[in-house]
This record gives sequence, structure tokens and C-alpha cells, in this order.
Amino acid sequence: MSAAHTAIGTSHLVEAESSKRDSAARSLPPQTLLEWLRMMVLIREFEVRTMQAYQDRKIGGFCHVYIGQEAVAVGCTAAVEHEDPIVTAYRDHGHALARGMDPKYCMAEMFGRIGGCAKGKGGSMHMFDRDNNLFGGHGIVGAQTPLGAGLAFGTKYIDEVINGGRSQRVTLCFLGDGALNQGALHEAMNLAGLLNLPVIFVVENNGYSMGTSIHRGTTMADEITSKAIGYGMMSAQIDGMDVMNVYDGMKEVVDEARATSRPAFVDIRTYRFKGHSMSDPRKYRTREEEEVYEDDGPIAKAREYLYDQKLLDEDGFKAMSKEVRGQVRESIKWADASPPPDVAEELYKDVYVERWGPYNGTSEPEMLGEPGGNGEG
Amino acid sequence: MTRVIEYRDALNEAMSEEMRRDQRVMLLGEEVAEYDGAYKVSRGMLEEFGAQRIIDTPISESGFSGMAIGATMVGLRPIVEFMSWSFSLVAADPILNNAPKMLYMSGGQFGCPIVFRGNDGAGGQLGSTHSWCVEGLYSNVPGMKMVIPAFPADAKGLMKTAIRDDDPVFFLESERLLSFKDEVPEEEYLIPFGQALVRRPGTDCTIVSFGRPVHFCLEAAEELAKEGISCEVIDGRTIRPLDIDTIVESVRKTNYLVVVDQSWSFGSPGSEIAAQVHQHCFDDLDNAVARVHSADVPTPYAVELEQAYLPNAHRICEAVRAVTYTA
Ligand SMILES: Cc1ncc(C[n+]2csc(CCOP(=O)(O)OP(=O)(O)O)c2C)c(N)n1
Ligand SMILES: [Mg+2]
Repeated sequence: MSAAHTAIGTSHLVEAESSKRDSAARSLPPQTLLEWLRMMVLIREFEVRTMQAYQDRKIGGFCHVYIGQEAVAVGCTAAVEHEDPIVTAYRDHGHALARGMDPKYCMAEMFGRIGGCAKGKGGSMHMFDRDNNLFGGHGIVGAQTPLGAGLAFGTKYIDEVINGGRSQRVTLCFLGDGALNQGALHEAMNLAGLLNLPVIFVVENNGYSMGTSIHRGTTMADEITSKAIGYGMMSAQIDGMDVMNVYDGMKEVVDEARATSRPAFVDIRTYRFKGHSMSDPRKYRTREEEEVYEDDGPIAKAREYLYDQKLLDEDGFKAMSKEVRGQVRESIKWADASPPPDVAEELYKDVYVERWGPYNGTSEPEMLGEPGGNGEG
Repeated sequence: MTRVIEYRDALNEAMSEEMRRDQRVMLLGEEVAEYDGAYKVSRGMLEEFGAQRIIDTPISESGFSGMAIGATMVGLRPIVEFMSWSFSLVAADPILNNAPKMLYMSGGQFGCPIVFRGNDGAGGQLGSTHSWCVEGLYSNVPGMKMVIPAFPADAKGLMKTAIRDDDPVFFLESERLLSFKDEVPEEEYLIPFGQALVRRPGTDCTIVSFGRPVHFCLEAAEELAKEGISCEVIDGRTIRPLDIDTIVESVRKTNYLVVVDQSWSFGSPGSEIAAQVHQHCFDDLDNAVARVHSADVPTPYAVELEQAYLPNAHRICEAVRAVTYTA
């Protein structure tokens, strides 16, 4: 079958609602909109440099960049509070930055350095940041979805049972369209519906899981929100290439989930401009299809709006871009300067919270002379 | 006659030959058809066999594994590709609870002729979730067979045997070996399960391993030969059935054994071999069996930590020197 036959084609995106109705985003202070644009530019620049660093072999393993999807992470995080938990899959750099992680910690993690957000132990797919309520990138497709339900179960329990008040927080659980087909998601959605958990399953629907277009992997591919009906939860479909529209759509859903302590399911239509990972020749779709989406990218869209509104001019944008480039350059310098984790210090650390003596495993050949290397000691 | 081909092509040939001779065989998994396999193992197979026999699945490991097992019950013989064995954990119930127990639970009525295959082991900084060595975890289960070839010729001969076998076979490949080229016979051949191979004869110490680490053992043996230590390297090739006889015979000659197993040490093929050899060779051993495993921690991402974590030639050399009192 030809790529054109199986690709999603050029009709995957939905039209932004924001132009048609009152927009909450439009009434926000201009500074906020400028910050969103800046964050999207930061994510884009960060990912461009990530790709370079991968080519230079400073980053290893699997690495998935977020280019094209910036408006989703930025619009969604803007629609929640900082205390609201976020959990996502392995395409997670954008969420980490949008959530407030300093780019240097994110870059150092990918460089496998001790300064990384997880001391270099997790890597690109596993970004964790307790201070910013980012509960991980998760590498196994679908794995984060029951965790998302669990975060909501946890915050609700703490707010209601332990603190004796109302459920306050809403969890954002991001997933790719590929994860729609994992049993874990459906179990999580049923639990969320059943237990009234304030979790929003945010599908970053970029039309592909690796080389498989959504039509080849998922039933009801054009209306995946119909899946929400079976679990008794509200749903929405949102144009993910327009940050203001993402914010507007998500704000409504978030407010409702918070007020009712109920789950929701959101289909955000977006597009991944690059390959699935760093080693994907993208034979399953046409370059024409890619161009159609890229021409109307989320950064251009937000920038044009700000130009139109005279909130930004070309010089302003240039200055913003320059500043962002400097910040990303600094993050690379910082990551480069951060030492690798010390093997003696770190290899056996963090396996258990409570160690029963110096834990050094059971597998060293040196254990020959000393039986019970991990016994009581 | 032989020719030199890649490990991945050896697998491809084995599957294609068996699919030509038996219509009941088909291949399913993520990206196996239109993408030619995430690691290009099934390259060209969609073209030859068509979409009814080379089947792209969604990311639904539990669903498609269970589905394939169900199909065996009416007589099919599926090959299920896991892009990585790490992802098979999502399918733990069907592959561990259904496949290996079907025959027993049904009192001999329903066998389960199926091959589960995919990349096993650390791939190179893939981190904790993507670096599973499932031989430690899965070989514990009776009713399954486990194959873990280190060379292209074995990959082909053992795959053909696996597809014809009437029991569930867990076939462990290595991403790191897929591009490895070696001689593979031109003519058709099958390699029986349960036959280990002496890859390098020696007299002073036996080293036994499975899959990718066999190459590290050969490297170590080369290094140790320079120091005057002659190692006999045994490639187990299958973990279930385990050819303990070949190992025992060698240990009776060398009196020392180092087991190299890339899975974690606790309850592993390595600990099983050590236990069996202690039992069979108690009077032949001049030291306790030494084992080299991955460190007893989740697989770290950082390259320095991962290198210290994995078995390698250096660690094998140290273990051999220590066990033979030449350290
Ligand atoms: C259980 C499991 N199976 C397979 C994989 C390999 N894999 C990684 S990403 C991916 C595609 C996922 O696509 P999608 O959910 O749409 O996310 P996107 O890459 O588009 O962000 C696959 C098959 C995995 N990580 N986990
Ligand atoms: Mg996708």
C-alpha cells in the first residue's frame, strides 16, 4: 500500500472554536499571551537543540521531540493550577518545560548527568519533577493512564478524607493516540468514571503512532470522543494548533471537572512535525502532508494573532527568539558542565527508600568471598 | 555452502520459509507489515504474503497476544512479534497464564503452538522500562520453551524449529545483534532445542552464557588466553530446555565455572545453572560457581551507570581470575 493511501491525509485538524465565540484567552492580560508564545518558542528551540545533541551523541537511547505539538502542553498547563498534577508519556520534554522545569535540568537529564531532573537515571522518556507536580514521563505506552486515575484518586482522597474538605485538584493525564488501544486506558477510564475521579485524559492526537495512522489502529478514529460515552464522562474535541483555543477548550473542561469532581476525555488534534523518534524515515506519510500542517504551525498562529493585536512586532519577536536561544544555549552549557553520576555513589542508590545496610546487590562477582552482599549489614 | 548474512535476515528467512511451507503460520505485531518491522526483521514479508498473513496490530499487547493464543486453539500457529520483550509485560497474563498452561489445564486437549519473539535486553541507554531481560522473569514458568540465539545461523535454525514446535516458544533476540553478520548455511536446516554448543574449547575454566553476552564471553576468553588462562565457552542457545549435560561435562574437565547471564541474579537462569552444577559437580568443583549478572538495580539511563550495570568482558575476566584463584 502506498503511503498516501494509509496516511491521515490533510484533514486531520479541526477548526479552532476560538474565532467563533467568546474567548477566555483573549481577555487575559497581553503579558500572559506573550508568555505562552515565548514558552512555545522555548520548547521549539529546546527540541531543535535536542535533535542536534542527539546527532552529536550527547543524548542516547530513544528520544522523541515535541515539535509541532507545543500549543498542547502550553495551553493545557495554562488551563490548570500549579498544584494540579500532570502525568504524561515519553514525548515529555514539552510538558516538563511548560510545567516550569528549568531547561537545564531537562537537558542534563538527557545528557545522563547528575544535574538532570532524575540524576541522569531516567533519560529522555522519564522526566520527573516533584516541585513542579510533574509525575513523570512514562515509557510504556498507556502506562501513565492508570497512574493518572491514581493521582486524581489520591488528591481527592487527601482533600476529602484527610483534610475533610472538597476535592480541589484536577489531574491532567496526557496520552498519544496510540495509547487509545491499550487495555490500561480503558480500565483507567472505567475506574475514573466509577469512582468520580477528577482526571482529564488528554489525547494528543497527532494522527500517528510510529508509522501507523490512527485509521489503521483505532476504531471510530474520526470520533474518538465517542469512547468517553461508554465510560460516562464528558468529552471535547479541540484544535491543538492554536494555543488560545487549547486554553479556551481546556479551561471549560478543567473548570467542570473541578466543580463536579468528574473525569473527562479530550481529543486534541495536533501534528508531529518530525519523525516518531530520531531514527524514523517517515515513509508512511507524504512530504506534502507534512508541509500542509507545518505551514500553519502553532507558533506562527500565536505570533500572527499578537501582531494583529499590536501586542508584538517583528522586532519584539526577534528579541524574544534571541533571548530564548540564549537560554537554551546556557542549558546546554550547564548540562555539559554537570558531571556524570558517580558509579560508586549512584548505581545502587535509590533502589530502596529504606536500605537495610549498604545495598550493593547480589550480582557482583566480588560477592564470591562475601556471601550475602545484600543481607543485613 | 554458506553465505554471510545479518541476524535479522536469518530470522526473516526462517519465518518466510516456514510460512511458505505452512499456511497456518502468520506473523502479527506492531509495525510488522507496512513499516517492515520496527527493526526491519520482517522486511518484504507483507509483499510476499499479503495483509492477511502479515498483520499490523495496534499497540495492544495484551489483546493481540491473547488473540493469537486463541487462534492456536483452532489450529493456527501464529508468530507474535513484540517490538521489545519489555512491552510483553503488558501481556503478562495471556503469555504466562494462558499459553504455557493451556495443555496442562485442559488435561492434554489443547496445546499452544505459538512463537513470541522480539528484542530482549538492554539496547543502549533505553532506561529502566525498555531494557528488560525477560529470561530471568519468564524462564520460571513451566510449559514454555525459551530460545536465545547469539549467532545468525542459530537464529535461523532455532526459529524454524520454534515455528514447528507444538509448544509455546519464547524467542529472545537482541537489538544489538540484529545487524551482526555471520555465516549461515544455504541449504535448509533445523537446530534442535536443548543442545548447547562449545563455541571455544579450553581447559582451565568453563564459561557458560546465553544470547548477546556469549560474545562478551568470547572476548573475555581471548583476553584471558593472553594471560595463559584457557577458557571453554559454552553457548547455551536454549534456556528451556536447558542442556545441563554439556555444561557438566565441561566443568568435570575444567573444575571451574563462571555463568554469565544478563538478567538479574535473584532467581535467574544463572542461579539455576549454579544450583544444578553444584548438585552434579560437587566433587569436581575447585571453587564455588561464580556468576556475572546485570547489577541488582533497575537499568539506569546514564551511560556510565549503564556500563557498570551490564555484564561485559572486563567483568567476566575478573570473575574468571577470581574463581580460578589467579586474581
Ligand atoms: C507497551 C508498549 N508497546 C510499544 C511501545 C513502543 N512504542 C513507543 S512509542 C509508540 C507509538 C505511540 O504512539 P502515540 O501513542 O500516538 O504517541 P506519539 O508517539 O504520537 O506521541 C510505540 C509503539 C511502547 N513504548 N510500549
Ligand atoms: Mg500519536
